[in-house]
Amino acid sequence: MSAPSASAALPAPMPPRSADSRPLWVRLGVVLGVLAIVIAVWYLLTTVTGFISPARFATPAEVFGALRQIAIEGYSNARLHEHVLRSVLLVTMGFVVASSAGVALGLAMGASRSVEAFANPIFLLLRPIPPLAWIPLAIVWLGLGDAAKIMVIFVSAFVPSVINSYSGVRQIERPIFEASAMLDVKGWRYWREVLIPGALPSIFTGLRLSLQASWTTLVAAELVGAVAGLGQILNQASQDIYPAMILVGMASVALAGWTMTQGLGWIERRVMPWRVQP
Amino acid sequence: MIQPPLSPARFWALTAAGALSFATLWTVAALSGITSREFLPAPWDVIARFAQLVAEPFAGYRLHEHLLSSLQRFAMGFVLAVVVGIPLGLLMAWFKWVDRFVTPCFEAVRFVAPIAWVPFAALWFGTGIGGPVLIIFMGAFPPVLINTYRGAKFVDRKYIEASQMLGASHWTTMTEVLLPAAMPSIVAGLRISAGLGWQSLVGAELIVASSGVGYLMVKGQAAVSTATVMSGMVAIGVVGLLIDVALRRAQGWIEARRGL
Repeated sequence: MSAPSASAALPAPMPPRSADSRPLWVRLGVVLGVLAIVIAVWYLLTTVTGFISPARFATPAEVFGALRQIAIEGYSNARLHEHVLRSVLLVTMGFVVASSAGVALGLAMGASRSVEAFANPIFLLLRPIPPLAWIPLAIVWLGLGDAAKIMVIFVSAFVPSVINSYSGVRQIERPIFEASAMLDVKGWRYWREVLIPGALPSIFTGLRLSLQASWTTLVAAELVGAVAGLGQILNQASQDIYPAMILVGMASVALAGWTMTQGLGWIERRVMPWRVQP
Repeated sequence: MIQPPLSPARFWALTAAGALSFATLWTVAALSGITSREFLPAPWDVIARFAQLVAEPFAGYRLHEHLLSSLQRFAMGFVLAVVVGIPLGLLMAWFKWVDRFVTPCFEAVRFVAPIAWVPFAALWFGTGIGGPVLIIFMGAFPPVLINTYRGAKFVDRKYIEASQMLGASHWTTMTEVLLPAAMPSIVAGLRISAGLGWQSLVGAELIVASSGVGYLMVKGQAAVSTATVMSGMVAIGVVGLLIDVALRRAQGWIEARRGL
């Protein structure tokens, strides 16, 4: 099985600024300054000059109003935190199940060439299909409810976990295997002390990709049809032609996605304290 | 235990066993009569449907015409991302103030999944070609920008110093020093970009399109024709693979030319 395909990888974050000698408050000031300029331009283009018509984009005031509305009164059957909770819970459930299965299978495929040969054909068939392409199939089989969402989340999260766990095992260096053979490490100890720690960095890369894929796929699935959830906010706002609410929805999607990724990063740092973070 | 590679006989036996078990499970489930053949088609039903879609129109066009439609949108969005991303990346790497201005904006927007732009795409473009192109752009743009920026930023200082000593202008430095040096990184970014762009296309076509493979799948889903949906999935997978293979070839060719 070859290395992760380009379609499974997401771009790396921006490289850290090398030795930016300016103090923190200056850098923060620049970021806030840029944000202020953007908001000012936005305000100018919409509220003051009306260059961008309100039907196409929202003014800052409208966005604030929409945010108040959804947070306090509710929009599309629920309030903001209820939508967020529902989406996040669905993703977490699907993600945990899929990545557990995926990591287990990936590790097994990495450790045993027989398992790898057996499971490979199915993978070659499933891998090229983008996660979003599973949505129509899920809807045909499971309808527009949560079950279909979980199926799609499962499929999106499963494949990156398998691929990265597999390559994680494969890249463990020979001397480590030789040392463990010499010390007669086998069975459960072999998994717990050799394979898993060695593959852990790759496993976490896979988990991060799985989480991002699950989140994107859930939002897409909810856009196609759902009862509640962040994607559903976008869907409803789109039908109501309510650009301010669309913006609120988009910001919530971004924020929730970012928070979950940070959460995973926190777990990663706790589980692998020895790893020097790039 | 370092596993030695399997003997060819054992490898192919296991591979065949894996493929066969999968096909058998699927066929048994389809033929068992738990559900209708429309709902869970047998493998050969899917193949037959695929051939049928190539021959007869469904949802307006035949399969390859849908594919062409999708590819057109993909190409437009991808080219747009490249045309905006590479120059911007070079500018950001060379002019610090551009970097400082663009990076916060970029980081803020980056975390919005491309699919979340669908409502605005629908609002601004209806079911015209602009909608999917916008979403593909949103998916394809970040990797191009990031990889161009990284490639140009980490150019060996001596090339920059040599060009400055020879009196190179900003434009010359960017086009003749930074761009060639960043090429490997850029091409790697293009591969990722193409993959993400193709995925975003699929998502976009599920909602804001009136032709294309994603649209085909949605129509198949509405007709509860699993075979149609699966044919669409196969087509999408194959084309996605071909795009990746083509770009990988291009990457190899560029690296060979540069003697890497």
